[in-house]
Amino acid sequence: MFRVGQYVLFLGALFKNRESFRTYVNLVLDECIYIGINSIVLVGLVAVFMGAVSTLQTAYNLVNPLIPDSVIGLVVRDLTILELAPTITAIIFAGKVGSSIAGNLGTMRITEQIDALEVMGINPVSYLVLPKIIATLFMYPLLVILAGSLAISGGYLAAEYGGVLATADFFVGLKQEFNPFSVQFALIKSIVFAFLVASISAYMGFYTKGGALEVGQASTRAVTVSCISILLADFVLAQLLLV
Amino acid sequence: MIEIKNLYKSFDDKKVLQDINGTFMQGKTNLIIGASGSGKSVLLKNTVGLLKPDSGQILYNGRSFVDADRDTKTEIRREIGMLFQGGALFDSKNVEQNVKFPLDVLTKMPEDEKMDRVNFCLKRVSLENTNKRMPSEISGGMQKRVGIARAIVNNSKYLFCDEPNSGLDPQTSIQIDRLLQEITDEYQITTVIVTHDMNSVMEIGEYIIFICNSRKLWEGDNKDIIHSGVKELDDFVFANNMMRKFREVSF
Ligand SMILES: Nc1ncnc2c1ncn2[C@@H]1O[C@H](COP(=O)(O)OP(=O)(O)OP(=O)(O)O)[C@@H](O)[C@H]1O
Ligand SMILES: [Mg+2]
Repeated sequence: MFRVGQYVLFLGALFKNRESFRTYVNLVLDECIYIGINSIVLVGLVAVFMGAVSTLQTAYNLVNPLIPDSVIGLVVRDLTILELAPTITAIIFAGKVGSSIAGNLGTMRITEQIDALEVMGINPVSYLVLPKIIATLFMYPLLVILAGSLAISGGYLAAEYGGVLATADFFVGLKQEFNPFSVQFALIKSIVFAFLVASISAYMGFYTKGGALEVGQASTRAVTVSCISILLADFVLAQLLLV
Repeated sequence: MIEIKNLYKSFDDKKVLQDINGTFMQGKTNLIIGASGSGKSVLLKNTVGLLKPDSGQILYNGRSFVDADRDTKTEIRREIGMLFQGGALFDSKNVEQNVKFPLDVLTKMPEDEKMDRVNFCLKRVSLENTNKRMPSEISGGMQKRVGIARAIVNNSKYLFCDEPNSGLDPQTSIQIDRLLQEITDEYQITTVIVTHDMNSVMEIGEYIIFICNSRKLWEGDNKDIIHSGVKELDDFVFANNMMRKFREVSF
């Protein structure tokens, strides 16, 4: 309970006593590049395989001759947009970017770099954390869009080279009964997840106490708590927006 | 000048500082000494505002710091430079960027003026050719000197150092002590140094407060310290052989 209160105060401190706009622009750009580079390869790789595997497995399960093969394309598309791209990517993102944010801030805390900022009269929460959160809010939805496209490409590759269905059927399925809201929903999810990962990881790192061991623990805790909150938020959002 | 008046600080029910008073003077190296765990760092952190005292006053040239509004606090903070125990250099920035950092965020100085100032300060701490090195690539003593350069780059009026020579060899320690004293005198800074190194005390202790069991037991300078008559202080001062010999010779 104390932690929840401290987290809320921490979020409040983001907007107190800020530096000039230009300072932030540079910091945010740096963070964007860092976050993007840090996760793009892993996210891309996982997405391609996720798409390919879900195509193969859907095809494997659909043996009923009454159901046209094109349904596979439709299932893979909805699965990817609604769940795989935003949520599974978020879990990977929490592992990669969340642990790096917590480790970075935790190290700065125990080596007194955060105290150094504070003594200079700089609000360390807004100076260090706000750029990370903003950059994550920008970059994560882009990563989700990339992951979605790559997953569907992965599905196409499986169709083309896996030999489980005709590529033409796959494409027909992709276009069938398409509901544009699912894309909106995926983007809403990705913004919420991005905020959760960045703010929770930053909070865990920022209040690290002790030494190198505690920095490691803070990173682990950041990933665990981020993942749990992603799953909870996923459920709540589905309940609120889809049902 | 920094005045500390009736300062109290406790954590939960552990009383760390009780009724601390003292006046740190401009242009002098003021020392806070005491055994490990006696509350020196806590006193320093209260003074610079990293911790909030339970009660008491801290005056920076007459301006109250503890209950100042945000603008006054920021104004005072921008006159403060601090050297942390481990240097606390930003590890993602190189030496030059570290020293330049306070100028970047606190001033609107043009870029070339900033660089002149940075190079001047680096030269002052005898670090001329390390501008592009990263903190992880330089030695502990060099990190401390970069820390000092960063602390004085914005023409700080107040300089705080938490154990500036812990972890350094005796020679480098003395270099750092002398550097601090020279800078203090040259720019008329109010310098406050936390230390438990008797060498530093004898070398640069122009005003010393001794903290023991959460209270200030003694104040004075390095000439008086060897005949203070305070038992706890004698235990601290004459803990090592060399100081005991020194006492025998001087009496
Ligand atoms: N944030 C804190 N929370 C709780 N207790 C603290 C905190 N900071 C310091 N203390 C306690 O206050 C006491 C004084 O600590 P302090 O760090 O000031 O000692 P010190 O005199 O600087 O010692 P050293 O020479 O080893 O650095 C210690 O007993 C410590 O446990
Ligand atoms: Mg200390």
